[in-house]
Amino acid sequence: MLRRFRLEEPESVREVSELLGRFGESAKVYAGGTELLLAMKEGLVQYERLINIKRVSGLDEVKLENGAIKIGALCTHHQLELSPVLRQNLPALVKLEENVANVRVRQVGTLGGNLCFAEPHADPGTFLMAVGATLIAEKSASKREIAAERFFVDAYETCLEADEVLTGIKVPVPAPRSGVAYLKFGYLERPSVGVAVALTLNGGGKSVGDIKIAVGCAGPAPKRVEEAEALLKGKSTDEATQNLPKAGSVAGAAAQAISDLHGSQEYKEHIVGVLLKRAFQSALSQC
Amino acid sequence: MLAGLEDWGKFMSKAMSRHQDAQTIPVSFTLNGRLQEIDVEPHELLLDVVRERLGLTGVKRSCDVEVCGACTLLVDGRPVSACTTLAFEVRGRSVLTIEGLATNGKLHPLQDAFIEYGGFQCGFCTPGMILAAKALLDENPNPTEEELKHFMHGNICRCTGYKKIIESIMAAAKKMRGAS
Repeated sequence: MLRRFRLEEPESVREVSELLGRFGESAKVYAGGTELLLAMKEGLVQYERLINIKRVSGLDEVKLENGAIKIGALCTHHQLELSPVLRQNLPALVKLEENVANVRVRQVGTLGGNLCFAEPHADPGTFLMAVGATLIAEKSASKREIAAERFFVDAYETCLEADEVLTGIKVPVPAPRSGVAYLKFGYLERPSVGVAVALTLNGGGKSVGDIKIAVGCAGPAPKRVEEAEALLKGKSTDEATQNLPKAGSVAGAAAQAISDLHGSQEYKEHIVGVLLKRAFQSALSQC
Repeated sequence: MLAGLEDWGKFMSKAMSRHQDAQTIPVSFTLNGRLQEIDVEPHELLLDVVRERLGLTGVKRSCDVEVCGACTLLVDGRPVSACTTLAFEVRGRSVLTIEGLATNGKLHPLQDAFIEYGGFQCGFCTPGMILAAKALLDENPNPTEEELKHFMHGNICRCTGYKKIIESIMAAAKKMRGAS
């Protein structure tokens, strides 16, 4: 059961930030509540106040802005499944969203909430790192953009300051001749390994130009793996394909996998390699 | 004895005053087609309000962590886990429970199909199954079995093994398409 708390319902980002500043750790931003309320029901965290951010307008849209896809932090997973902008420009994110948890969680859970809660077994963080996304964090009188790969500090911990509010996510529109794939492995709804690959071909489609690889779910926080990227970047597609096993083991080691009920560390590291190979091939096939 | 009673009195008065300080939120919403007005505290869950305060016990508490689907209700036609939905969230919205599905004493085609095809055994998951299936068929009247399984995978049954449930929903879908 939930303990009593008070509810604040501000209508602007400025007010949300001010409330966070005033009440500090005794208050928490509440959006969909699909993760926060579970932790509160279990008594793992307690807050005197929840700040319902859903009355702040303008944070639930997906639009194209200056060559980037801008996703409001309050967009629900279900909205993202249906978004025409994403379907046209970033179908891999649509596919990811279609497979988040279950239909009821997708109905109310938000992308911003998912990122801020920083539950390790989540898909979007890993994906957003690979596509070079930035997260927009606002305070009463300031705003900054944080690279997705710098957002997560640890399990359940982000680099947001106490009075900062995540308001949106910016993803560059993928270049021509590029592909994006996110693959996950897990038992029922809980992903235990997630791998994202975003790549662009150059040289008339014969070599790998830019490539970003991220791994998540296996360890405390999603991570970009530049050492694995380096084994594939600039290589001909054949050479890159030959290097995949090596890149897979580098990415597996970088995942900081832990042993738990979903599998041993060694097993998860192996799965990272398998998924990396498949995600690379899938991304390549889209180019 | 007297001192004990005095302590009891103090305890009760403190408990009462805390209750009086509690924040209440007026919630006006449509429940099974009828206007419902109720004051709730911020922490009250939709599941508790519907079951304990409004007396509609078709919706079930089971896993309590949004995984099993036994507490499925439709809010504006879409499925939510009532176990993890704060009651105030239904302000101005329309909530459908299994009790509101039959019209004028006539069962919904999904209810008929679950009976005809044996889509349940103990019945505990059935209200959630039927409501989730209704949400699916309202948005996609002609789902493939694959689409049906994807939509319904978050509703768990521990008796039937799902075959009969899938048969029931597919049969209801066919009947509903024929009727419209």
